[in-house]
Amino acid sequence: MVNKDLELFDCGHRACGGCGAALAARLVLKGAGTNTIVVSATGCMEVFSTPYPETAWKVPWIHSLFENASAVASGVVASLQKQGRTEKVIVMGGDGATFDIGMLCISGAFERGHDLTYICYDNEAYMNTGIQRSGATPYDASTTTSPAGSCSFGNKRPKKDMPQILAAHGAPYVATASIAYPMDLMQKVEKAINTPGPCYVQLHAPCCTGWGFEGEQTVAIAKLAIETGLWVNYEMIDGKVTKVKKVVRKPVEEYLKTQKRFRHLFKPKRQDAEIAAIQAIADKNAEKYGIDIKLKKE
Amino acid sequence: MALAVGCRARPGKARDNKTGSWRVFKPSFDHEKCTQCGTCKTICPEGCISEDTDGKFIPDYQYCKGCGLCAEECPGEAITMKQEEK
Repeated sequence: MVNKDLELFDCGHRACGGCGAALAARLVLKGAGTNTIVVSATGCMEVFSTPYPETAWKVPWIHSLFENASAVASGVVASLQKQGRTEKVIVMGGDGATFDIGMLCISGAFERGHDLTYICYDNEAYMNTGIQRSGATPYDASTTTSPAGSCSFGNKRPKKDMPQILAAHGAPYVATASIAYPMDLMQKVEKAINTPGPCYVQLHAPCCTGWGFEGEQTVAIAKLAIETGLWVNYEMIDGKVTKVKKVVRKPVEEYLKTQKRFRHLFKPKRQDAEIAAIQAIADKNAEKYGIDIKLKKE
Repeated sequence: MALAVGCRARPGKARDNKTGSWRVFKPSFDHEKCTQCGTCKTICPEGCISEDTDGKFIPDYQYCKGCGLCAEECPGEAITMKQEEK
């Protein structure tokens, strides 16, 4: 059972005010409970939660390297199994550690079928080192390694479809969630850790510093991502989509306008072609997952 | 043999770091308007809001960074942000 009052991620961590990832960590542990071991990959969450000699985690927690979090977790799982212990193992990695750097070890762990849950808090760039693009950075977002300017509109490539990649490994449970819907997030984490085998949960966690908005807007922006169709909350069991969050869709502009990383699409000149290309991504998502609520015509 | 490599820290030791000193705007809770929905407690990235014995939601100002997320999301508009004088 999800215990909303359980606090296993303590005050005093050094995340920015209004941090989406800090909120994600709190909610994940509420869903996971006390019988949990967390393995963290390098990333913003690892850095702000554990500057030595402090730690915000109140569950056993280990960090080794950027790329090997799922390999470390595989070892922890094997050891616990040998000892007949029942702790659940969670890997927490950012999108950089998941989509790019840790890919090889994640693929290995999923292929070997260890009983672990991989949780990716997706803030769509390498935020800790100063906002460099990653495989999760959306189309046209400006980052320090994909800067928008006279020759470019920012990141040229669309976001990698990581949930599908891990579902293709035969993962029994793959889900996406957002900090804008805390109850849904906690339930998905709970379901993932109680499903035997390697499971994957990807969390949308807006980053006020990296995306360029005020900390108080974090939840509102996460909600807008879902309402515009640029982020889809769904659940996949044995590779088949079983549950999707449906919405009455808003134009993507409403989401793009709120963030400085998309500012170049509106200033100094409105870039209609680029906005239309992003709208096409949202339309494709809507069609693929069937998220549109059809309103009855009066 | 006990392994003694790496760094260790006591669980929750981050509490030594009083992040309340970062704050510029301070959330002020109006308990008359509060409907006890608990949204503020759920979405606080610090996890510093708790209920007192009367069921009132109170932030721990030692840790509140003043991000304003609670005030923004409160459906009853019971939380207002005020610039803090130090």
